[in-house]
Amino acid sequence: MSKYYLNYLDELESEAIYVLREVAAQFQNPVILFSGGKDSIVVTHLAKKAFYPAKIPFPLMHVDTGHNFPETIAFRDNIINELGAQLIVGSVQDSIDNGRVAEERGKNATRNALQITTLLDAIEENSIDCAIGGGRRDEEKARAKERFFSHRDDFGQWDPKNQRPELWNLFNGKHFEGEHFRAFPISNWTEMDVWNYINRENISIPSLYFAHEREVVWRQNSWIPNSEFLKLDEDEEVVLKKVRFRTLGDITITGGIESDADTVEKIALEVSGMRQTERGNRSDDKRSESAMEDRKRQGYF
Amino acid sequence: MLDNNQLLRFTTAGSVDDGKSTLIGRLLYDSKSIFEDQLAAIEKTSKKKGHDGVDLALFTDGLRDEREQGITIDVAYRYFTTPKRKFIIADTPGHIQYTRNMVTGASTANAAIILVDARHGVIEQTKRHSFIASLLQIPHIIVCINKMDLVDFSEAAYNEVIEQFEEFSSKLLVKDVRFIPLSALNGDNVVNRSDNMEWYQGAPLLHTLETLHISSDINKIDARFPVQTVLRPQSESHRDYRGYAGRIASGVLRVGDEVTAMPSGFTSSIKSIHSFTTDLKEAYAPMSVSITLNDDIDISRGDMIVRTNNQPEASQDLEVMLCWLNNDEAKPRAKYLIRHTSNEEKAMIKEVVYKIDIETLDRNFEDKSLKMNDICRVKIRTTKPLMVDSYRDNRSTGSIILVDDMTNETVAAGMIV
Repeated sequence: MSKYYLNYLDELESEAIYVLREVAAQFQNPVILFSGGKDSIVVTHLAKKAFYPAKIPFPLMHVDTGHNFPETIAFRDNIINELGAQLIVGSVQDSIDNGRVAEERGKNATRNALQITTLLDAIEENSIDCAIGGGRRDEEKARAKERFFSHRDDFGQWDPKNQRPELWNLFNGKHFEGEHFRAFPISNWTEMDVWNYINRENISIPSLYFAHEREVVWRQNSWIPNSEFLKLDEDEEVVLKKVRFRTLGDITITGGIESDADTVEKIALEVSGMRQTERGNRSDDKRSESAMEDRKRQGYF
Repeated sequence: MLDNNQLLRFTTAGSVDDGKSTLIGRLLYDSKSIFEDQLAAIEKTSKKKGHDGVDLALFTDGLRDEREQGITIDVAYRYFTTPKRKFIIADTPGHIQYTRNMVTGASTANAAIILVDARHGVIEQTKRHSFIASLLQIPHIIVCINKMDLVDFSEAAYNEVIEQFEEFSSKLLVKDVRFIPLSALNGDNVVNRSDNMEWYQGAPLLHTLETLHISSDINKIDARFPVQTVLRPQSESHRDYRGYAGRIASGVLRVGDEVTAMPSGFTSSIKSIHSFTTDLKEAYAPMSVSITLNDDIDISRGDMIVRTNNQPEASQDLEVMLCWLNNDEAKPRAKYLIRHTSNEEKAMIKEVVYKIDIETLDRNFEDKSLKMNDICRVKIRTTKPLMVDSYRDNRSTGSIILVDDMTNETVAAGMIV
């Protein structure tokens, strides 16, 4: 064997596994934030690899907005079953029923921002000291500033201007009671890397990522799926289109794109030719130039 | 993308005026790594600010305060891919908390891009950047002589900068330095070869980044395996399994190698190396693997598995080049937590030997304070031995951080001499 260097995917994988093992070693009670989206699926796959032949040493946590694609929930339950892992669910509906948050009003109302309270409540109730997320620095400009180990104060807030320096691979997860960390093992991956990795590792993903026929409505430059939660305007028309989703969030805010890509190879090829960022179809990020930064400061994913 | 494509990490140093953001914007734009919605957003902002054309520098703005004040506050990471390589840029700010941020960006970099304004030549700031790049042992330095359009693409201006740079860099430890004349604003010699500088025979910047030899950047001689965590599944299929999980810091390990666990000194040999379900005959840095040994010896997180005939030094007394990163000044003889590979011990800064004036590179033996952005040679005593190599030989086992256990903050980063 003459080759003693890793290719870029092997190096990214090795880095992510290193981060996951550091989390296991430095924290008492970590969880993987599992949304059913491709990034959290990849993180879960990496965790399986990091601790094999032992089981993943932490539970998965899902913040359930109640406005899900049914496919996402089925996929989640399947993975939990297969891993033999514990599932913690934080329910936005419960937060609303308990009066912790109030539903947004109006046509573009979503439960996106409400998740922050539910997430932070679930972290506190379960004494979680580190929540592992699938956030990537290439996704959004505020995320480009994230550390692998990112500190949150006792209100769950992120202070982007006052972050701990992170040098070499020496991560500092020290914190006081009540504070917690977010850890981002795939910080250095791009959307393309994620697809190439899913393809290489043969990782199963929800059918929503593949092109399929669905009832949709044209709104804010993308195809929003029709669902019981969607309030239609008079001039809006429900049509049947062949679409797929680039990201999966709440069913009310996740826009699809027209596509014929029905295999991972075809998706990877399609993504490599894309001229729009993946979050361009997420209406939660279109609200203002610093929409993501503002939510992240409050404790968002 | 080809299977053997490598990942190259580089850092960019320079101030706003050097055209650093413009250069990054140009690299991303010309390599088609910028999306239409991102372009639309900055076109809108450029117009709002009254700039001519699209201001490529706006691509690198991150936080709201940065957009408002037109400055970069913190290291930001950018990504782009060409058919030859994947790149990670650590974009470090030029002004505020300069040293702290550049040291952070430099710690993982294969290459440093240092920007020089062709009109001004080598200035104090160039020297600071180059000193930090050499202190952090970034293997490759690319000096980009920017704004060549403003000196009429003059070869003489280019040669003068090279001469100035070589004069002062003889004091530094840099192995590989290259010089590229370019204009980030117009794109000369960034991605595409410039028609304005026929006299320049070298490659444009992107081609240089795509072809730098980086396979030898990691030490492949000294096998060091810091144990991160011990895997004990205790399942029916793996009842007696005891695997040591970690990322190989340097060198190569093979099944059958005679190894010693440090600091205990117990010896054994490698029974298996695996990555998930795949059994490997050998593994090398920076692979994350799990290792089992032929003997049942006591090993836990913080220990290091090394080849018996090639061991690091186990020492409680370290000489370290320390960069202070915190607003609070170090207290005399204060105690800190020291983190080194997967190990953590208590440590005390016994003595500040000298401070480096990073403008002149002179040593100051009088000033013993450790303040934000200071770089000092210090003596550190730890409560238990650490298994160390010198940073020059091994960036992984030669680096440490100090954590203040009153605030939990990372207050300093150090390179073992």
